[in-house]
Amino acid sequence: MDFTAVLAQIKPKLGCVADNLATIEEQIVKAREAGADLIIFPELALSGYFLKDLVPEVALRTDSPEIRHLIALSRGISIAIGFVEETDDYHFFNSALYLEDGAIRHLHRKVYLPTYGLFDEQRYLAHGESFRAYDSKFGRFGMLICEDMWHLSASYILAMDGATTLICLSSSPSRGIEGDSLGSASAWQKLVSTTAMFLNCRVLYSNRVGFEDGVNFWGGSEYIAPSGESIARGSLLEEDFVTARVTEGALRRERIFSPMMRDENLFVTMQELQRIAHKRGQ
Amino acid sequence: MAGLHANTDLLRKLLVGFVRDEVRKVGVSTVVLGLSGGIDSALVAFIAAEALGPENVHAICMPYKSSNPESEAHARLVATACGVHFSVVSITAMVDAYFDVFSEADNMRRGNKMARERMTILFDHSALLRALVLGTSNKTELLLGYGTLYGDMASALNPIGDIYKSQVWQLSAAMGVPTEVIEKQPSADLWAGQTDEEELGFSYRQVDQLLYRMVDQRLTKPELVADGFESDFVESIYSKIQNSHFKRRLPVIAKVSNRTIDRDFRYARDWGK
Repeated sequence: MDFTAVLAQIKPKLGCVADNLATIEEQIVKAREAGADLIIFPELALSGYFLKDLVPEVALRTDSPEIRHLIALSRGISIAIGFVEETDDYHFFNSALYLEDGAIRHLHRKVYLPTYGLFDEQRYLAHGESFRAYDSKFGRFGMLICEDMWHLSASYILAMDGATTLICLSSSPSRGIEGDSLGSASAWQKLVSTTAMFLNCRVLYSNRVGFEDGVNFWGGSEYIAPSGESIARGSLLEEDFVTARVTEGALRRERIFSPMMRDENLFVTMQELQRIAHKRGQ
Repeated sequence: MAGLHANTDLLRKLLVGFVRDEVRKVGVSTVVLGLSGGIDSALVAFIAAEALGPENVHAICMPYKSSNPESEAHARLVATACGVHFSVVSITAMVDAYFDVFSEADNMRRGNKMARERMTILFDHSALLRALVLGTSNKTELLLGYGTLYGDMASALNPIGDIYKSQVWQLSAAMGVPTEVIEKQPSADLWAGQTDEEELGFSYRQVDQLLYRMVDQRLTKPELVADGFESDFVESIYSKIQNSHFKRRLPVIAKVSNRTIDRDFRYARDWGK
């Protein structure tokens, strides 16, 4: 089914859930008025990224008033959004919700928490333990949060689970000033394009902008067609509101033209992975 | 080499954005900085003028009686070129009053005192003008510890602390910093005829090549020697970085509680911004 997606390239305020919720609601209203069917926010859009000890202060349960408000807003437009999730057993996850028709359609907890270089997520957050595709009004989707996408297996699992659209919520910092373009932006652009091509999937990538303690987030939110072609790309370093018209025909044609996913041999993959797991366990 | 080559359009956008965003998010629209007549502070003045509008940038030149008059002339030239407010506050009276009491002090103590005197003037103007103090130390000098702790190393925000001197030259040319300032010998102007490179014993271009490989690329000592760097040079720069590390950290706090500031009490400075 054809649909229009908005990639809301916003600049969250660090640790200010109420302010961010207000910004998010404005964007939702704007997207709905523009006739969009789906709006995708960045990773940790409700809280900001370098939270450190703020994690428990900004965390929300999925039955919190803030999340319930967003669930209600999803009656008019489907919403994908990142936040810190607090569970009944007081674990804190870097999570993404997919909200549709006034309900939570899917919850993804970031599996790969980067803890190297400028990242320190594992110190503050618990890691998720699954990648599951889910059905939305617009087809079968899979959600990834930033670093998840740098693990081939994550996108692969979602694609094998039937996802034809991958949504990635991101807070990717700028670094690398040597080349024609920003180093981290070029790396991501290659990644999303290659992932789309390998898996014959669309990719909807939503990245934030703004600075936190001198670290810049580069934006460049992007819609990649299943061919790997970039169809729409947000501006670098500045807030943006990227509208992407996603067509079913392009997906169908690509899957006929390059039927790699049809031919993918899950049995061979499983057999070899089980052999490797068995060997490692010895 | 590629690593020290900067895409100046991109770098300019990042640093201008940094100043604009980090200044305004604390509810301030004005900055103050010390303008020495050298390239680092000239570049920061240009970045700030572009980020906030020159009318929101206050540059203060703070000469001592032995400072080279050319420094003040260059500072004035830079301020005119980027259109920022410019004033001169001499530090001679304050510094001399102190060293009348400690007349035996050597050049290093005198230089440090001057740098700290300038810092107090900038932070006083920060209160006077409701302005944030911009730092002007580049990555080369921060890594080498070639600066005065709580003197020129003190600031609220430093736009150029992650770019090497070699990149400061490139960006300065791209942003229109006056040629005389770009081309002159770098000097802290602490005493007559002083140049950084003579005092340090190597050139910035030379040490930047090493620092980039050692710090950014994390090459090992044997790899650096294999790349053509003298073993003694590698050792001495490594020691300089190690021995000046205290200058790049907050004071060490004795831990006795469960939550010690910056150890297990951790918040971004932009908390709530």
